[in-house]
Amino acid sequence: MNAPIRRLSLLVALLFTTLLISTTWIQFVSAKELDNRAGNRRTLLESYSRERGAILVGGSPVATSVPSKDALKFVRTYPSARLYSQVTGYYSFIYGAGGGLEGAEDALLSGQSDKLFYRRVVDLVTGKVPSGASIELTINAKAQQAADKALGRQRGAVVALDPRTGAILAMVSHPQYDPGKLSSHNLGAVERAWKSLDADPGRPSVNRAIAGDLYPPGSTFKLVTAAAALSSGKFTEESQIPGPAALDLPQTTATLPTDDHLPCGPGNKTSLTHALEISCNSAFGWLGLQLGADQLRAQAAKFGFGDALRVPMQVTPSRIPAQLDAPSTAQSAIGQRDVRVTPLQMAMVSAAIANRGTVMRPYLVKDTRRSDLDIIDKTEPGELSQAVSPDVAAALTRMMVTVVKSGTGTAAQIRGITVAGKTGTAQTRPGRPPHAWFTAFAPADNPTIAVAVVVEDGGIAGNEAFGGKIAAPIARKVIEAVLNP
Amino acid sequence: MSTVTSFRPRTRRNVELVLLLLAVAIVLVAYLNVGLAIDGAFPPDLVRYGSGLLALALGFHLVLRWRASYADPLMLPIATLLNGLGLVMIHRLDLARHRTGSELLAPKQLMWSTLAVLIAVGVIIVLRDHRHLRRFTFTAMAVGLGMLLLPLAPGIGRNINGSRIWIGIGPLSFQPGEVAKILLVIFFAGYLVQKRDVLSLVGRRFLGIGLPRAQDLGPILIAWLASVGVLVFEKDLGSSLMFFGLFVAMLYVATERRSWIAIGMVLFCAGAYVAYLLFEHVQIRVLLWLDPFSVKGLAASSQLVTGLMGMAKGGLIGSGLGRGHPELTPFPDSDFIIPSFGEEIGLIGLFALLLLYVLLVERGLRTSLGVRDGFGKLLAVGLSFSMALQCFVVVGGVTRVIPLTGLTMPFLSYGGSSLLANWSLVAILLRISDQARRPLPEPEELAAVAAAQTQVVRLR
Repeated sequence: MNAPIRRLSLLVALLFTTLLISTTWIQFVSAKELDNRAGNRRTLLESYSRERGAILVGGSPVATSVPSKDALKFVRTYPSARLYSQVTGYYSFIYGAGGGLEGAEDALLSGQSDKLFYRRVVDLVTGKVPSGASIELTINAKAQQAADKALGRQRGAVVALDPRTGAILAMVSHPQYDPGKLSSHNLGAVERAWKSLDADPGRPSVNRAIAGDLYPPGSTFKLVTAAAALSSGKFTEESQIPGPAALDLPQTTATLPTDDHLPCGPGNKTSLTHALEISCNSAFGWLGLQLGADQLRAQAAKFGFGDALRVPMQVTPSRIPAQLDAPSTAQSAIGQRDVRVTPLQMAMVSAAIANRGTVMRPYLVKDTRRSDLDIIDKTEPGELSQAVSPDVAAALTRMMVTVVKSGTGTAAQIRGITVAGKTGTAQTRPGRPPHAWFTAFAPADNPTIAVAVVVEDGGIAGNEAFGGKIAAPIARKVIEAVLNP
Repeated sequence: MSTVTSFRPRTRRNVELVLLLLAVAIVLVAYLNVGLAIDGAFPPDLVRYGSGLLALALGFHLVLRWRASYADPLMLPIATLLNGLGLVMIHRLDLARHRTGSELLAPKQLMWSTLAVLIAVGVIIVLRDHRHLRRFTFTAMAVGLGMLLLPLAPGIGRNINGSRIWIGIGPLSFQPGEVAKILLVIFFAGYLVQKRDVLSLVGRRFLGIGLPRAQDLGPILIAWLASVGVLVFEKDLGSSLMFFGLFVAMLYVATERRSWIAIGMVLFCAGAYVAYLLFEHVQIRVLLWLDPFSVKGLAASSQLVTGLMGMAKGGLIGSGLGRGHPELTPFPDSDFIIPSFGEEIGLIGLFALLLLYVLLVERGLRTSLGVRDGFGKLLAVGLSFSMALQCFVVVGGVTRVIPLTGLTMPFLSYGGSSLLANWSLVAILLRISDQARRPLPEPEELAAVAAAQTQVVRLR
């Protein structure tokens, strides 16, 4: 009977080898995947048991972990409550980390990032309790507060950039919420807060500045059309172009009327500068037809349309429809039809014009710091593309200055500072008030801030809204907060 | 006969003593580890528990010196170590779940361990020769099958966690299947050693495989029916697989006929497939095995998934005893004690645990090779293989090699019936190994006996 016993021993060896392989598979090969699976309470408990890094604005925390007396050693608090809700996002025991930097920079904040490997080894050796890295934001607290205050109870978003670097100086999306209610350790209250947040028709959890449903840009898109026209070499800022009360659209009986149903200049003609100054729909519709869809699309792409950026949160790419017939091209040239943008994208258009035509990569994290505030990693500004030549940028700047000086954007004037800007009023659908837009930069001769504002449904002004009246004053407040502190 | 050398194997009892002390030391270090990690303090009852465990182990060791001095020196230390580590993990889970008073599982497990060791010692003392067990072949069958099917009896059978494998009398509950395992091995061994000739020799060849006669298929069919019955009526996939696998393996060893394996596998696969088609609880088990992360799977049970996540969190070196969260998994101290260990002592620790089982089984198989009588061979191989199969079913179940079933890990898992059965199993193996390693009487001694005036017939 010994021969079959020996063979049976082989079978036993095979059985146990299988077990060694299966345990290796789970605990080593696919361990990381299992750790990162949704609903892994162990990962959550582990991340709670160490001090999560803070999110800092100007050196003071807007999200920080403080020791708690319960089993989850630390509780996440948000000292500014709602002001930074869409920037920080939330850090919830039930719902995980998300909604903003808490989610996008989770690896750094929790200390799991590979960038922190060396430090983790040192901590292991020295026996120090590991903690996450803190991140310092590019946000200018004054600009953020000014934008928040100026937007008030209206739905919409404000983004401000430093055109020279791409650093995001303000990012506000209304309505907001209090992420502290989601990070509480009272799980019942957290669930209720989450449910009411989810059910809120204003959708406060959405960051309208970068990842909302996207907005039609309205007349602010005329900056892109003007850039394409000047770059084509066929037009200058003084070129006389047709500006009738209503532009006949080819292939259709429809027309493209001006806002006041009057011609934009004597003899149905206007200069390019004047067309931008008064935001002449028919002139820009005509320009769009002259340039064609491809040139418009190419110019928009140079400004960053279609790019999936991370700031580090995911930015929804702005878009122009792929197939455009002639009437749609004319409508797209004035920012109607199916052109859709994020407020960040429109701020990038202004910033590019301000920065001699160069688009800088927008970013929100200035540097990463250890718990003792030593800097580990610093974000270097990077160029994204050259949208227009410096000459075209200078011409566009002059045109935008006239908009604020004597055109539709006079509400953005600041004493002693030349502001360059462009208004927009975007039709959404019949019966719904239009969105009010304004994008600007200042000072015009040496720009240090570019801003884009959108106020949904005309905000408090309703149907009479147009960008110059509703959005321009908000932009002015933000610019003032940065330039005249 | 001049080539015969008088080699006297050593008893190796001192090796056993050293290993036993080492095993107790490892358990105490683990216990200390848990105390320091959870309470940050030296556990006050360390000395009491330590001396208790040491007394039990040394008592067993002394009985072996007295009654089975040639017994295998590795089995007792391994069983002690596994039992002790299981106790530590159960104690650690008591702390994590904030159990107090009569809810505490570790003291109960300690009590059962003591009882189990005492019974095992009793087996060693009473059972002077394993061949005596052969007398109880058919008694063992009757009692074994009875115990296996006892949970189905109305009134005392209890349905716990979907499986009807428990009996309860008053507050006590007991899993008779564990004890039935040993009884059935005794029966199989006794029956097969008697019938092996007819089962192995008679028959005809078909496609190069020697097939048995139809009338000899009776026993395997009865075993198959019994295991399918366990699967269907007690909803216990693990026991079913184990009993049938055990029977086929022993049949193969007894007859050296591979056709039995083929027949067995065909029967088992057919039975399992039909059960899958007919019974929803089997289908759920299969779904949880193949796709535990599916919406339907998670809705049915997140136990397996939670266990997997625990093991993954343990990684290579584990969180350290007392520093993970094994309490998040349902049944972390019985069916899922392996994921609990995986999480806290890591892949490396888990490998060490599995290798302890490998060693234990290997010692058992070696015993079966060494022992001289057919009944002893079959008994040892059956007991060792049942242990191996049980480990495979349990660990394979929690690591998604096979569908998850409800069996306990020998020595580690919480449960009195399991401890009683496995300690007795080791006691029988120790007894057989003593026979296997005990030297035959010296030729001179025999010659002296033969030369004596009075004819003495030695039976041994």
